[in-house]
Amino acid sequence: MNMMHRRERLIVVGNGMAGMRTVEELLKRDPIRYQITVFGAEPHINYDRIALSSVLAGDKEIGQITIHSLAWYAENGIQLCAGDPVVSIDRVAKTVTSESGRTEPYDRLLLAAGSRPIVPPIPGLELTGVCAFRDIADVEQMIAASTEHRRAIVIGGGLLGLEAANGLLKRGMSVAVVHLTDTLMERQLDGAAGRLLQRELDERGLNFFMNGQTEEIFGGERVEGVRLADGREVPGDLVCMAIGIRPSIDLARACDLDINRGIVVHDDLRTSDPDIFAVGECAEHRGKTYGLVAPLYEMAKICADHLAGDETTSTAYAGTILFTKLKVTGVDVFSAGALAGGEESGELTYNDTARQIYKKLVVRDGKIDGVVLYGDVADSNWYLELLRKGEDITPFQDAILFGQSVVAAMGKVKPLSVANFADDYQICGCNGVCKGTITQAIAEKRLTTLEGVRQHTKASASCGSCTGLVESLLIATVGDAAAKPKPGGMCRCTMLTHEEVRTRIAADALKTIPQTMQALGWANTDGCHSCRPALNFYLLCAWPGEYRDDEQSRFINERAHANIQKDGTFSVIPRMWGGVTNAKELRAIADVVEKYDIPSVKVTGGQRIDMLGVPKDQLPAVWRDLNAAGMVSGHAYGKALRTVKTCVGSEWCRFGTQDSTAMGIALERMTWGSWHPHKVKLAVSGCPRNCAESTIKDFGVIAVDSGWELHVGGNGGIKLRGTDFLCKVGTQAEVLEYCGAFLQLYREEARYLDRTASWIEQVGLDYVKSQIVDDQAGRKLLHARFLHAQQFAQTDPWAERANSESQSREFHALARVS
Amino acid sequence: MIMDGMTSGTAWRDIGRLDEVPCLGSRVVATPRGKIAVFRTRDDRVFALEDRCPHNGGPLSQGIVHGNHVTCPLHNWVIALATGEAVAPDIGCAPTIPTQVRQDRILLLLPYAMS
Repeated sequence: MNMMHRRERLIVVGNGMAGMRTVEELLKRDPIRYQITVFGAEPHINYDRIALSSVLAGDKEIGQITIHSLAWYAENGIQLCAGDPVVSIDRVAKTVTSESGRTEPYDRLLLAAGSRPIVPPIPGLELTGVCAFRDIADVEQMIAASTEHRRAIVIGGGLLGLEAANGLLKRGMSVAVVHLTDTLMERQLDGAAGRLLQRELDERGLNFFMNGQTEEIFGGERVEGVRLADGREVPGDLVCMAIGIRPSIDLARACDLDINRGIVVHDDLRTSDPDIFAVGECAEHRGKTYGLVAPLYEMAKICADHLAGDETTSTAYAGTILFTKLKVTGVDVFSAGALAGGEESGELTYNDTARQIYKKLVVRDGKIDGVVLYGDVADSNWYLELLRKGEDITPFQDAILFGQSVVAAMGKVKPLSVANFADDYQICGCNGVCKGTITQAIAEKRLTTLEGVRQHTKASASCGSCTGLVESLLIATVGDAAAKPKPGGMCRCTMLTHEEVRTRIAADALKTIPQTMQALGWANTDGCHSCRPALNFYLLCAWPGEYRDDEQSRFINERAHANIQKDGTFSVIPRMWGGVTNAKELRAIADVVEKYDIPSVKVTGGQRIDMLGVPKDQLPAVWRDLNAAGMVSGHAYGKALRTVKTCVGSEWCRFGTQDSTAMGIALERMTWGSWHPHKVKLAVSGCPRNCAESTIKDFGVIAVDSGWELHVGGNGGIKLRGTDFLCKVGTQAEVLEYCGAFLQLYREEARYLDRTASWIEQVGLDYVKSQIVDDQAGRKLLHARFLHAQQFAQTDPWAERANSESQSREFHALARVS
Repeated sequence: MIMDGMTSGTAWRDIGRLDEVPCLGSRVVATPRGKIAVFRTRDDRVFALEDRCPHNGGPLSQGIVHGNHVTCPLHNWVIALATGEAVAPDIGCAPTIPTQVRQDRILLLLPYAMS
């Protein structure tokens, strides 16, 4: 055979990111020198393993994380043997043999077999539902589990474990994280930053079991939970092991290459056999193994230099300064270098407890030796640059924690806003996208959105941690043309506004809170104390008679149908229709006060009687006695129709023009029991002297000789607002119709917790008039919808709870122990 | 967590069935040392805290339970069920009581009455 014409044979063991990046770099340097064969254990083409977190979190599909297509292999003449791992290497014969029995000769061999998840020797690993977080198969198993099961346990609170936990949480599972030490990501974070991170993730709904040594995974056929060494048990239907990785070195060991923790490589990425190279997670360089993507790419470049070069090639890999960003959107964590100062170094720290910002720089000999940032990572690139270049920071050490802009303003360093970055400054570490590439794409493709930049350049399209930089660059490049992000959502659980949520509830026929949260992509599985009551009201309003009220999403007052007081006791206010009472009712109230030794009785501003200081467990009995005298709940505790205040009107008053009391009672009979975005108060005055103070009520009525004046949007609370005059009507029936229509419009359109006063200020009186006064048919429909909803609302909640054991459970202790 | 119940003067006490505590809700256990709030999360995990918000003593048992937190009904402090710690920016801690669920019974680790 003529050696001049035979291409050298390169065999790559491992079809992952390190191996293929090396091949890519090699092809750039010399596309024809080698005939390349790639063996991979996984039955897939090469994909972006770090993007598995995004797949798990539902931000990407598996198809989107492929790095090289089959066509790429074909175009470059690479033979791919996927799903057929190499099982042995014969260094003498210079051949490898695969699992399927195929033996291939090599001139050069590249080991890039990566690593395997560390699996502790504990019972239960064989159970269904136990997996690692390493490859597509693991992610597919986790996604499948999330559709059928509710509870996940992630063992390991490091980088990988937290990304797994976040993904499972976003898949709708409840997630517990078991971590061996008391600090999350303790290899990247110090105690202070670890605690801040834990708090933030805890708020997002992860359950942490710290200092937890997993002793056993238990279950029948499927996993049911894990048991910790201290006796704690964590229930769960899926267990994801993410305690770390171990370099894959079995092949190297079997053929007597130098190994330690990893396959030992020199600065040229050669192993102890000069024809065999190793890169990526399986390699150990100067005593260090790496599990992150940046060092792997650096190794790939040097390795490709030597594969393409000869004995005179002198480039050397010098190790990588690691930096870490957590790929959990909205959690800003950065760390690089040393975590803590030692004998010869000091620490600078900045700790803003209110804003949850923590920064620490480890400084040695006037240079940065380590960086830990939490909550504000805007300066991470600057600190990293100073760390890498070993720059002297002494001239601005006293201000360095305030960031680059402050130091620049002091004239100590050149301002280095994104606009001043060099074109070859790498913005996106995952995809290796430099500033110049991005600005060029923005200009050529006329991009104005982050999404556009992602699609065209891949910058910020993987882990997303450079999103802020890309956005700044977009603004710096196109100025005001950059698309503004939307205003904030209902609460921290969603970016959707109240209006968008209500629209979707109606349009998508969403009929329960969990269904709504799932359909609309709520960030926290159970929502929070702010959105849950709002959703409960929106659903109740949208589906009267059909929606089943969710007690646990109501504020305690609406759940207990009484007003919680500062000492944890409750106040009880029975309804007094139109403020009118009688001897029987008063006697019953007096009896109740004596019987239950109620400490305080007061007349309210809404013409009713308030009994204060009732312990929760006495409420059902108090209600039963009041019910017996014909009294029902006054809803004095709810975002509901409260009182209808009246004056005595024409029946008694010498100035009275109409029977305001009877009008008030009729209004209260129609409206009682209705739920609203906020409390609603009505009043009816018998003459323009307005003794019932109708002009500071949500719906106020003032009698005049020729009929009734209707006023809306008043408020006597924190911010005094007099009503707007709506219109004048002639009959009692019209008052009822206008009132019902107005309240229904408010129920259907106002944001939860907006009183009618602020709602009207937002939509304008003219809008309300156009709906209620000008549009007769619309008014009648609104009124009809109000009455329809009232059919299901006018049940006395006190009677329901006083007379049913299951309903009254809420009010009694679960147990009493001595 | 204290496991050697008897020697340290504590014991696991059965305080009721899991389904007697509403999902995403709470029930109270009365003890000589005050009330204990027992919470049940969506995934049937059970937590117990002394029923006093670290802020102003509000009854945590009456709050809205969401995820692994409860919001105090008095001033909306948010307390982590597992640790009793208030969520930032508030600072404070409600004492926790160890819990277990065995065959749908809830057990609390409570001081043992010596008498």
